[in-house]
Amino acid sequence: MSLSKVWVYAEADGDKVKTITLEMLAKARELGDTVEAVFGGDGDTVAATLGAHGATKVHATGDLDGRLPGVAVGSAMAAAITGGNAPDLILFGTTYDGRDVASRLSVKLDKPVLSNNTDITVDGDAVVASTPVFGGTQIVRTKLTAGAPNLVLVRPKSFAAEESGGGAAAVEALSVPDLGATGSAKIVDRHLEEATGPKLDEAAIVVSGGRGLGEAGKYEMVETLAKLLKGAPGASRAIVDAGWVPYSHQVGQTGKVVKPTVYIALGISGATQHMVGMKGSKNIIAVNKDAEAPIFSISDLGIVGDVHKVVPKLIEALQAKT
Amino acid sequence: MNIAVCVKQIPDPAEPGALNPDHTLKRDGKLILDESDSYGVEMALQLVDKAGGGEVTLISMAPNSETSGLRTALAMGAAKAVLVSDDALKGAGALDTAKVLAAAIKRTEFDLVLAATESSDGYTGTVPEQIAEVLDLPSVTFAKHIEVADGTVKVQRQTEAGYDEVEAPLPAVVSVTAGVVEPRYPSFKGIMAAKSKPVDAVTVADLGLDASLVGWAGAGQEIVAVDKAEEREAGEIVEDDGEGFQKIVAYLENLKVI
Repeated sequence: MSLSKVWVYAEADGDKVKTITLEMLAKARELGDTVEAVFGGDGDTVAATLGAHGATKVHATGDLDGRLPGVAVGSAMAAAITGGNAPDLILFGTTYDGRDVASRLSVKLDKPVLSNNTDITVDGDAVVASTPVFGGTQIVRTKLTAGAPNLVLVRPKSFAAEESGGGAAAVEALSVPDLGATGSAKIVDRHLEEATGPKLDEAAIVVSGGRGLGEAGKYEMVETLAKLLKGAPGASRAIVDAGWVPYSHQVGQTGKVVKPTVYIALGISGATQHMVGMKGSKNIIAVNKDAEAPIFSISDLGIVGDVHKVVPKLIEALQAKT
Repeated sequence: MNIAVCVKQIPDPAEPGALNPDHTLKRDGKLILDESDSYGVEMALQLVDKAGGGEVTLISMAPNSETSGLRTALAMGAAKAVLVSDDALKGAGALDTAKVLAAAIKRTEFDLVLAATESSDGYTGTVPEQIAEVLDLPSVTFAKHIEVADGTVKVQRQTEAGYDEVEAPLPAVVSVTAGVVEPRYPSFKGIMAAKSKPVDAVTVADLGLDASLVGWAGAGQEIVAVDKAEEREAGEIVEDDGEGFQKIVAYLENLKVI
């Protein structure tokens, strides 16, 4: 059984459509006969890419004029749906804005939204979503019973993006209704942080540090090693909470999901919260002084030792090779 | 300025979690304050302090009238709490939780509602924005810095590429990331004082909500299976003898990434 229509909440950085959007479009094509995108911006900038990944139409709001996507796109979707244009399923990425849009829409439609899903199947005409729990050791499968549209938030890297060979999506205007008080939050300025090297969730190699580094200043080792390997530096929640590194570095349940070719965990014990964000990596290397650390149970190579001794030697050896 | 802070009391994350036979999360043991919520509590205390007056009220929903986590936040300096505890809430999803918390928030005087971006156990990450919609308020999620001045909340909102400066008139709902402020440790005096701070214990009926719509029955979802995930095998684990780094070099060479 397949669904007749699936919407995907599309996001882009400038005119570059986000990978999570393309991943969801691939899954949406598997689940539904018709796939359409909903975009909080100028539809012409993304229509070609969305079309090439299977969306026949993009419902676009145009410039949001400083309003936050959560309330603006959520309200626009709700208005279209109550106006009679309801899909069977709407997929949202687990991103800063995706969660907000899904949340606002769920209240407006009085329907639940399922978070953190890594797979979606259709059983009869019901949507069933899979959510990893307890650090990804168990998978809970939940059937939505509130009726269409079913709302599902998808974890990044759950599906492989794939082109469909389709032409540009038709752009259709989606109007944002009067938001009243809820629309009074405005973006007044944007700050872009200078990024060097690959992005954390796209890097082929990720080097992460945890509490075992001992102090904030030692995170430099992580950055140096990441740079040498042309990878991205990451972090466990413990050292983000401690203020050593910004939230954008966090790998885990709260934070980014990464699936690099190589993940190197330095001084990370492997709390379930962290492992759920990195256990999909192809190769895992861990250095930790506690032989009992849970991280070793999922590591391909584990070095039981002091990061302050092992890592400087590793850096030296790699520097000597370049 | 008065601030309502949503706080969750969760099973200790250091203990292995478990599910009940009906697939709900086992939450019948001792519950503690979710560490993620300590940031919202601290932020609220600092904002009230800066405003020169007002109160921080905790808003929580928990089984068995559990207050041990609330006492931790009261010991940090919150003035009082509203606790919703009702058997009818067993199995409540994120949307139900948002409806209940929003109704509880309405029992208090507030200019601002703070919450963590997500709880450490359920981690749906949708509740704060859902609360805002139920209360018909503007909201800003993923705050990494908050200031309040002249009836406006100014937030640095985390984005993929950096951060946005967002402004909203009060009242508003803001969710904070860890690290927004450094949470204080409760002092001995605070811990003693917390024992006698008021906790307004209410049921779903007290909030004027229909119990059949906010628990398992009204959740609009049904767990059909819980399966063991594919396990990852451990590989080679070696004790560092001073040459452990060579193992890593060889492993990386073998993968041809260096």
